[in-house]
Amino acid sequence: MRHVISILVENEFGVLPRVSGLFSGRGFNIESLSVAPTLDETISRMTIVTSGDDRILEQITKQLNKLIDVIKVIDFTDQPFVEREMAMIKISADMQSRAEILRIVDIFRANVVDVTPRSYSVEVTGAPSKIDAMIELLRPMGLKEIVRSGPIVLGRGPKAWKNED
Amino acid sequence: MKKTGSQILLECLQLEGVETIFGYPGGTVINLYDDLMDTPINHILTRHEQAAVHAADAYARATGKVGVAIATSGPGATNTVTGIATAYMDSTPMVIITGQVPTPLIGNDAFQEADMVGITRPITKHNYLVRDVKDLARIVKQAFHIASTGRPGPVLIDLPKDIQVASTTFFYPDTVELRGYKPTIIPNPRQLDKAAEMILAARKPVLYVGGGATLSDVDKELMILAEAIQAPVTTTLMGMSSFPSRHPLSLGMLGMHGTFYANMAVTNSDLLIALGARFDDRVTGKIATFAPNAKIIHVDVDPTSIKKNVRVDLPVVGVLPKVLPGLIERLQKDPETLERVVASSQAWRNQVQEWKEQHPMTYKNTKATIKPQYVIEKLCELTADDAIITTEVGQHQMWAAQFYDFSVPRTFLTSGGLGTMGFGLPAALGAQAAFPKRQVIDISGDGSFQMNSQELATLVQYRLPVKIVILNNNFLGMVRQWQQLFFDKRYSQTCMELPIDFIKLAQAYGAEGFRATKPEEVEKVLRQGLETPGPVIMEFKVAREENVLPMVPAGAGLNEMVLS
Repeated sequence: MRHVISILVENEFGVLPRVSGLFSGRGFNIESLSVAPTLDETISRMTIVTSGDDRILEQITKQLNKLIDVIKVIDFTDQPFVEREMAMIKISADMQSRAEILRIVDIFRANVVDVTPRSYSVEVTGAPSKIDAMIELLRPMGLKEIVRSGPIVLGRGPKAWKNED
Repeated sequence: MKKTGSQILLECLQLEGVETIFGYPGGTVINLYDDLMDTPINHILTRHEQAAVHAADAYARATGKVGVAIATSGPGATNTVTGIATAYMDSTPMVIITGQVPTPLIGNDAFQEADMVGITRPITKHNYLVRDVKDLARIVKQAFHIASTGRPGPVLIDLPKDIQVASTTFFYPDTVELRGYKPTIIPNPRQLDKAAEMILAARKPVLYVGGGATLSDVDKELMILAEAIQAPVTTTLMGMSSFPSRHPLSLGMLGMHGTFYANMAVTNSDLLIALGARFDDRVTGKIATFAPNAKIIHVDVDPTSIKKNVRVDLPVVGVLPKVLPGLIERLQKDPETLERVVASSQAWRNQVQEWKEQHPMTYKNTKATIKPQYVIEKLCELTADDAIITTEVGQHQMWAAQFYDFSVPRTFLTSGGLGTMGFGLPAALGAQAAFPKRQVIDISGDGSFQMNSQELATLVQYRLPVKIVILNNNFLGMVRQWQQLFFDKRYSQTCMELPIDFIKLAQAYGAEGFRATKPEEVEKVLRQGLETPGPVIMEFKVAREENVLPMVPAGAGLNEMVLS
């Protein structure tokens, strides 16, 4: 089963390999990982998408909590959250396909960020399933390159996850 | 007043109460070693960095203090890896200091450079690369705090040469601020209530005691609990010396080479009370048939140990010195109930006694060849109760666990988790350095001994009177045993064909050596060896194809023991 975990960590040298090394060393799966500083610049927030049954997820959260540099682990399994991912897609574009690409871009509320006589580059933001769907529609036009950020998530409601909670 | 990095480090060690350290100098710690000469810290120069770490590890295991080892960068530092992994698996509080190439050279493949923070990340509780001399005092303070609290473990500080030379104003903080590190020390009182209820409801309880009990010195509390509820006690290899083997409630060790009665008791129990143990695969055998009818209470300071391998009915997170008194108090609150419960488990104790009589811990002694078990039994008779026993890894280690009676805590120092051959001799060195007056004995095999035999030099140089018992079967015995039982006696690369003259080896280093080849010589050689001052090797030419029994084959259930 797919799980999304957010981790507040010390914004320090060498923290990322502690977290990623824990996953590889203990045989846990990482589907995606994104990381950047938070409002408090001494803290970074990682969003990890992983998979496993309840027992594995329990071990993952416990093992993460055991790392000295990990301040808080938030498991979004049982709480509502908003999930967004960004993708940038480079597509072959010729006379026949240019209009159709622009229609798809419009439908998905994506933006064209670069144009050449033979290609379009577009950015799209949304739930990972939306990005998957757009990619499938663009595939027949000739996909040249895709870059995805991996999802980031934010809990719903007024409560905010900070160090003090 | 300003101090250099190396002066600051040494000052911090003294403020942490460090008296003895183990190490090996080199290019990137030369400044540190220079300043070391001006301190009262006692430094022991081992002959290999791995041995320095094992010695510091055993020093910590024997004393309960934080062990400290130093090595230089590159090969010196990589030589510490096995020692650090050994300490990590057995949760020894340690601080390891490695030199590093100067900061501007890091990452350039400089001479004797190795990424130690990267290499030791999965085998340390935490590690540091010091990048500014101003951080050094805080880092050392944190390192000692992390190493010695919660579930203890090794912490590595990688210290570049230029940081040792740079100077700053020295200030040692009183407290540690680590927002990501707050181990749960005090157990949840409601969990203790539930634990007491479960104990009072049990009719076939077993106490399963691990290394956590040894590390937290709860032998007295453990005795009170065991006697209060009259539950049989089985220990892991690491928990061994926390409960006296000769006590009527003792079942000895459980697991792959555990006693018949310990494994039967665990398999048939209705309540397993795990105290500072982690359900290692060598303990559980096949998980599906492990304690199938038992409810499990798991007490551990490390939440990751709980529910990692087995299902747990009641987790209790906290340290044993806080858990056990709380539990005892609850159980003794109503003496009449407790008495009734104890009476109701009499049938269980009778059953356990029957198992003990059915298959006691034994071996077939002969007049023709020396049985290794016999040597251990005799050694046990001839040594003091507080003698410290270290071992290497293999058959001799299991025989030591099975046939030596431990009654004083922290007297059995062995590599349980990682199973490191070559641990015993440097460990004996470290324990003897901590307790110069006590008997310290390394029980060894001929294979393991040769993995760190160079430490004989250290023993002689520092007049550390360690006694070494080598059970010599000219085999890598444990692997040979597996080959005999599971590979149709195809002894691939397990015969140590070259007979080593261990007596001459001892003499070459300036130590003494005695040898026994017949059973009637065993006692004489042991007496002679133990009475001779200084380091001594006692070599016993033992039955070559003796097996460690009982044995639970890998993947089998605990009750599927091979008994003979």
